[in-house]
Amino acid sequence: MIIAEWKPLPELVEKLKGHKRALIVGCATCVAECAAGGEHEVETLAPLLRMAMQKEGHDLTVLTKTLERQCEWEFVEQLAELAPNADAIVSLACGIGVQALAERFPEMSVYPGVNTTSLAIRQEPGLWLARCAACGDCALGETFGFCSVARCAKSLSNGPCGGTRKEGKCEIDENLDCVWYQIYERASARGKVEQLIKVRRPRNWSNSGHGGPKRMVREDLRS
Amino acid sequence: MMKAGSRLEKVIKAGQFALTVEVGPPRGANPEDLLRKAKELKDIADGYNVTDNQTAVVRMSSIAGAKLLLDAGCEPIMQMTCRDRNRIALQSDLLGAWALGMRNCLCISGDHQIASASGKLKGHPGSKNVFDVDSIQLISILKDMRDNGVLESGDPIAKPTPFFIGAAWTPMAPPEEFRVLRLLKKVEAGADFIQTQAIFDMKRFASAVESARDMGLADRTAILAGIIVPKSARMLEYMNANVPGVEVPESLIKRMASSSNQKEEGYRITVELIQAAREIPGVKGVHLQAIESEEVLPGIVEAAGLLPRPQV
Repeated sequence: MIIAEWKPLPELVEKLKGHKRALIVGCATCVAECAAGGEHEVETLAPLLRMAMQKEGHDLTVLTKTLERQCEWEFVEQLAELAPNADAIVSLACGIGVQALAERFPEMSVYPGVNTTSLAIRQEPGLWLARCAACGDCALGETFGFCSVARCAKSLSNGPCGGTRKEGKCEIDENLDCVWYQIYERASARGKVEQLIKVRRPRNWSNSGHGGPKRMVREDLRS
Repeated sequence: MMKAGSRLEKVIKAGQFALTVEVGPPRGANPEDLLRKAKELKDIADGYNVTDNQTAVVRMSSIAGAKLLLDAGCEPIMQMTCRDRNRIALQSDLLGAWALGMRNCLCISGDHQIASASGKLKGHPGSKNVFDVDSIQLISILKDMRDNGVLESGDPIAKPTPFFIGAAWTPMAPPEEFRVLRLLKKVEAGADFIQTQAIFDMKRFASAVESARDMGLADRTAILAGIIVPKSARMLEYMNANVPGVEVPESLIKRMASSSNQKEEGYRITVELIQAAREIPGVKGVHLQAIESEEVLPGIVEAAGLLPRPQV
């Protein structure tokens, strides 16, 4: 899923100064799963934001609404009646949702309420771990199902750098697994270490953002 | 046949025990610091590593530092990391460095920038890294530019750039069994010489080198054992606990701690480490580092019986 985390409240307060009525819009998909922007978080943020604004001497009315998905126009349309009651929107969706709202309501100020950080899995309650970098050139078949682009701090292609700690953790964070350590362990367990010996050539990054903003066209689906 | 004709290459090809030392460029634009070091260290080594913004702290560029050393009569080993430049910038810098006279290049991935804030320095932990290619891919790029006269794209270059290609090796970092295979990959990619992470446990290192030798790697590349001059028991303890891949035997820490003059003891330990490395079959030299105290190196090299350096 796409994961995100709340922006610091003071940052939102700063943005909302001068506004009278803010509509906080949640998204019940990814950001709900990662407990950043679902209905629960929307309803939690609303009073906090109101109080924080009040403390700074600003009277803000806060409206709330959580959509099934902010990244699909049919769901975004559900805001058509509610949005004009506000003079600002705070979206707790990922960056896709924020932009969808800004595109649908171009006359309104739309602010992100979260920072979108990565494509991750919920490993255990309260812990999410990056899994995919949307690099556009998937090589998971060569790395025993571990992504060395998203999960290696240096996105290395040919094995671990010298910074693997004693317990198989990454030098930049003692709680982060060294993915190349994991790749080696799995390859070893499956008796296929020789597959890691081949020198892998430089990657082609052009099918991701490095080739310009993605514009995927499927002619068969265009009518 | 010579690949690049650098002094380091000649010493190794002549079968002489090679010696390289590390020289960190200054955190500023003043060349005097570096020139002073060059004066102190001239003629004591076969190559002088010029680090490339090590620990991701901004310093004078390795190319500029290497050029200053070259002009001062010290043959540089220019370090290049993959952290800050994509393949376009790396290759462009290689062309420029070769034109300026550089003939040795050590290819490394580079310290991650998130760890760059340390001590009193803020560093740039918020910067964006590149890592377009990794150290092994960079080695292949240098090899292609030298042996095939082509860039990574396949486009030809007007004149090949013969560099003597170096790589790093951390034999004792986990997964230890894979480390010799990673060395194999570096050799396959084109590494002519290897400078290892700091070694304090020469027995363990000898067994790692034996694995390399068994795979024929000690003949295909020149392994130089990395040795850091220890300054104190605290430094040894710190490195043992915090620097991945650095293993310091407890006995060595104790010996240092019980010395009444730890600095002097550190020099003696260094000399002993050099001698122990020299006795390991397959080790072709040593790479010495005296972090922020390079002035101690001439005395150590002399005491280790490595002066004068061979004429080649």
